[in-house]
Amino acid sequence: MGKIDIENLNLYYGEFHALRGVSLSAPERGITALIGPSGCGKSSLLKTVNRLNDLSEGCRVEGRVLLDGEDVYGGGMDIYTLRRRVGMVFQKPNPFPMSIYDNVAFGPRSHGVRARSVLDGIVEESLRRAVIWDEVKDRLAGSALRLSGGQQQRLCIARALAVRPETLLMDEPTSALDPISTAKIEELASELKKAYTIIIVTHNMQQAARVSDRTAFFLLGEVVELGDTSRIFTAPRDKRTEDYITGRFG
Amino acid sequence: MRMRPSLTGKSPPALGRRPLSLLLRLLVTAAAVVTALIVLFVAGYIVINGARRLRPSLFALKYTSENVSMTPAIIGTLAMTALALALAAPLGIFSAVYLAEYARRGSRLVKTMRLAAETLAGIPSIVYGLFGALLFNRLWGYSLLAGAATLAIMLLPLIMRTAEEALLAVPDMYREGGFGLGAGRLRVVFAITLPAAAPGILAGIILAVGRAVGETAALIFTSGTSPELPRSIFSSVRTLSVHMYALWNEGLYGDEAYATAFVLLVITAALNALSGIVSGRFRGGGDG
Repeated sequence: MGKIDIENLNLYYGEFHALRGVSLSAPERGITALIGPSGCGKSSLLKTVNRLNDLSEGCRVEGRVLLDGEDVYGGGMDIYTLRRRVGMVFQKPNPFPMSIYDNVAFGPRSHGVRARSVLDGIVEESLRRAVIWDEVKDRLAGSALRLSGGQQQRLCIARALAVRPETLLMDEPTSALDPISTAKIEELASELKKAYTIIIVTHNMQQAARVSDRTAFFLLGEVVELGDTSRIFTAPRDKRTEDYITGRFG
Repeated sequence: MRMRPSLTGKSPPALGRRPLSLLLRLLVTAAAVVTALIVLFVAGYIVINGARRLRPSLFALKYTSENVSMTPAIIGTLAMTALALALAAPLGIFSAVYLAEYARRGSRLVKTMRLAAETLAGIPSIVYGLFGALLFNRLWGYSLLAGAATLAIMLLPLIMRTAEEALLAVPDMYREGGFGLGAGRLRVVFAITLPAAAPGILAGIILAVGRAVGETAALIFTSGTSPELPRSIFSSVRTLSVHMYALWNEGLYGDEAYATAFVLLVITAALNALSGIVSGRFRGGGDG
């Protein structure tokens, strides 16, 4: 059993059947990469794990998504606690239009942390973990929107870490970034997996090969192949996986 | 480059259209110039005729028939505007929050409320005046409160629509980011989307203030035309616009009416400038 187990998941947006019988398991303290062409349901799957899909009109879920063996769609799961435990980093860096400090403190404040000294500690620790502390420590009160794209994304990772999540969902976190920023985020992800369970959606084959332990190849809402990253990239069992990773389509 | 000779012997199309496009350009330029001149003429006329008729005694605290001071009317304008806003702004902003953040996007209720707001915004103000006279004056007589309540109903659709637009202009990725951290909707709205939309909402409120300052017909019906300083919200009171109308109507105080017009023009111009600055910051992306 993994940290996150998805069992026979079907997802519908109105009439559209976005995910078809998806089963996969993300091991604890490891990085699982979801690869596949655009529109194949990878991001939808991420948003199912933290139930951000609940915000979408006409979204319907069948099957089970287990976090530590507990169904996140079950009655006993508090959605706010779930989202605290499952952090998310988005495709486009989305720092809030407020100061760097307030961005990182937003999550803890939402969960009732008020004391300034506690917040100060959380902010510094989170920014350090996201390896951006040295770049911003002198301008914590400055607007987060003045940071570069790569810095904004690391700030968003710090913001996600500030609520002390157990897992991180990363939805193409480097697709809007330059190569140097991308390398920093990848390095960061490799470091973070020592403490967190990470699922990363990526369009970048090399990125999946570089950072992940497990890879799932998606096509048209289905998992075509799932396995250890080294095995998927060297000896794919399915012809479609081979075609995709060798760049013959997608 | 040599022109390609056309079969008819006339000049090629590109050249043939040029006199027409020149004429069009001339026409639109002329229209713009005429419009600018009209505005300048009106403003200039009021400034020239109004500014020279301003005297210090017109700002005396007390209104008498010998000295028709506009100070009570200035205070009345401020009180009226503040009270109307105090009634309309919270209601309008919270309706907008409901429409933009809570209601299902594109639902029938949202569409109906938008249509209602647009319809309300288009009704002549004197109709509101009659409505206010029939409803609020029965409760409170000719009073600041009756006038402000009537004004509030007029300002409500304006504030609601501009606030809704400002909220809808806040990118959804902020909302997703907030929800993704486990924040509740209330917190996302008050900590993220409302502050992000604040400049747009403020610009709408300034427009509403401009409308309140300029309103006449609805107030004559509801708050009356008393030239005295209001003692309470149940006193009859006049605003500058009503003051001007009353002075002109009495036929004795043309000069003073011009002076009042000048003061009104200055206030309105200042409000428009303020609105422009605020919404300019809004369009700038709010990264300041």
